[in-house]
Amino acid sequence: MSGHSTYAPKTGFGKWMDARLPIARLMHDSFVSYPVPRNLNSFYTFGGILSLMLIVQIVTGIVLAMHYAANTEVAFNSVEQFVRDGNFGWLFRYMHANGASMFFIAVYIHIFRGLYYGSYKAPREILWILGCIIFLLMMATAFMGYVLPWGQMSFWGATVITGFFTAIPMIGDSIQTLLLGGFVVDNPTLNRFFSLHYLLPFMIVGVVILHVWALHVTGQTNPTGVEVKKTSDVIPFTPYATVKDAFAMVVFLIVFAWFLFYLPNFLGHPDNYIPADSLKTPAHIVPEWYFLPFYAILRAITFNISIPFTDIVLIDSKLGGVLAMFGSIAVLFLVPWLDTSPVRSANYRPIYRWFFWLLVITGIALGYLGSRPAEGGYVLAAQFFTFLYFAHFLVILPWLGKFEKPTPLPASITDAVLGEKAKA
Amino acid sequence: MMKSLIRNTLGVIAICFIGFGSAQASEEGATPHYPIEHPKHVHWSFAGPFGHWDLAQLQRGFKIYHEVCSACHAMKLVAYRNLQELGFSEAQVKAYIAENEIEVDAEPNEDGEVEKRAAKPSDLFVPPFENDEAAKANNNGALPPDFSLLAKARAPERGFPNFVFDVFTMYAENGPDYIYSLLTGYQEAPAGVKVEDGTHYNPYFIAGPALAMAAPLSDGQVTYDDGSPETLDQYSKDISAFMMWAAEPKLVERKSLGFKVMIFLLVFAGLMYFTKKKIWSDVKH
Repeated sequence: MSGHSTYAPKTGFGKWMDARLPIARLMHDSFVSYPVPRNLNSFYTFGGILSLMLIVQIVTGIVLAMHYAANTEVAFNSVEQFVRDGNFGWLFRYMHANGASMFFIAVYIHIFRGLYYGSYKAPREILWILGCIIFLLMMATAFMGYVLPWGQMSFWGATVITGFFTAIPMIGDSIQTLLLGGFVVDNPTLNRFFSLHYLLPFMIVGVVILHVWALHVTGQTNPTGVEVKKTSDVIPFTPYATVKDAFAMVVFLIVFAWFLFYLPNFLGHPDNYIPADSLKTPAHIVPEWYFLPFYAILRAITFNISIPFTDIVLIDSKLGGVLAMFGSIAVLFLVPWLDTSPVRSANYRPIYRWFFWLLVITGIALGYLGSRPAEGGYVLAAQFFTFLYFAHFLVILPWLGKFEKPTPLPASITDAVLGEKAKA
Repeated sequence: MMKSLIRNTLGVIAICFIGFGSAQASEEGATPHYPIEHPKHVHWSFAGPFGHWDLAQLQRGFKIYHEVCSACHAMKLVAYRNLQELGFSEAQVKAYIAENEIEVDAEPNEDGEVEKRAAKPSDLFVPPFENDEAAKANNNGALPPDFSLLAKARAPERGFPNFVFDVFTMYAENGPDYIYSLLTGYQEAPAGVKVEDGTHYNPYFIAGPALAMAAPLSDGQVTYDDGSPETLDQYSKDISAFMMWAAEPKLVERKSLGFKVMIFLLVFAGLMYFTKKKIWSDVKH
């Protein structure tokens, strides 16, 4: 896709460097002359926004780590002390905490954009899978980061989440002990979580580089889903995509700033302002909002799965819940092969489009149900939406591709763009 | 290959669904939802994008804390020097420490004995009890929570759809509203509600129908010297505002910086928008 390099160093130093380490050429080819489809809409700006958020999280995180002490005796107060007495401590802290939420808002939009426009289809399977890996790493990082302030939700969230691993037959307990560094969440847990919380973002950076590399090999998809065919389909990344991404970032920062400066605790849980107490369980243990859909799936499995007409339990409800939860993420990895439709973009898939929006509603519904206590009608609703979630990927995607009659595709991106303009 | 795999998977799922229900977890009786009453809304000076402290109110709130609450409730994250943020001078803070003969543990002397010394403004508020166990022992077994973060740690759920509107109305005063409502919300338990001995019915309490603390404030209990009404209502507002300050001392700084950042970002976004429009003007997209 990148094809022939158009980089031409002008200065003597530029030429000297280019013959030794052509890093300027790499940057030029990747972010200046790199061709992007001319018809990308705003939903394609979230990749850039996510890169920005990753940098924000790393920078604020490094500053916070300078003031943080990973020890159960002092962790809670060390955070508070920085917030109260450090130079702009409150700003760094709220930026990091709300930044995580913004990161997830952006990543969810980014993922759903990929699902809508069929961005995972050949030849972009690896690109998609790398994205799924980034998402998994983000979840691990966010979860461990939430434990660090050592509030009530930190402690009990860690207790609940690491408890999942005990559901694994035979080796589950040993895995949990290894994760915790003991039999309960305690100082060793906090120490290793801090270490890993500092490590994982840099692993994310590494996978992001691979993700961008894979993207630049295959090139971007676009709202038509038709591959780039001629030079009039594309425009150079700079200045076109650069200025568009920059505008989108500023708009996104306005949303970020709104929460950061005016509602800094809106997305957090009040109980995390209570220091961790291993003897006092909160009334409702809930994870951060961005985990709620998965939490709802976990708790939806309230039944044992057994061999019919016998009492032999194959999978008890606890293991079932954990499997369903991990399965809900694992299934994303398989999407490129589950979707059998030859057409990428939902714009030309009239039925898929409905199911796509049903999936969005399912995700939001599961998120809401994850925040409710697991009782009565909430459980039934969570079971219903969990079923819808899996049905979307395991039933709808494979079958729909065969039934659905796509609407006619434009011959090229140029045709689509100019055709639409002509009509308007 | 793929087809048969999917077919098999679906088959397995179907079989499992036939088999389920063998051990449907029975959730008996939904847990009652607290608080029984949603917090009342108070108009706070620190609400909204231009929120600021009412220093006179914070000083009154501090007076209530000093005269009433501090008998049981610690405030371990706040230092005496922080009182200057309420409009007290350094001399006033020192005078406060001296008047109340506040003492803290000194460094061990050369004989290894720990003596008391007068507190300095840089010292943190001395808690009323040596430790949590002592606090419990003196309070019927209930631990009076620390005040430092309470206004942020007690925020009853807003529920749907309120939490969506809150994003746009910038409602972030759930904590002080809760404290105000609790303090003014003590009442006779309605018939049929069983209140355990040693607890006091309050429909605004976040964790049950009644709490261990008896109504701590009543009309005329604390003398104000600025002419403010000496009523339970006013006391409750003042102490709630003070607790919000204790929990979020940088609130005003945050909001005023936020306003500048917002203006900057809006102008920046406008410039970027027109730059983008100009650059893209020659490309149909």
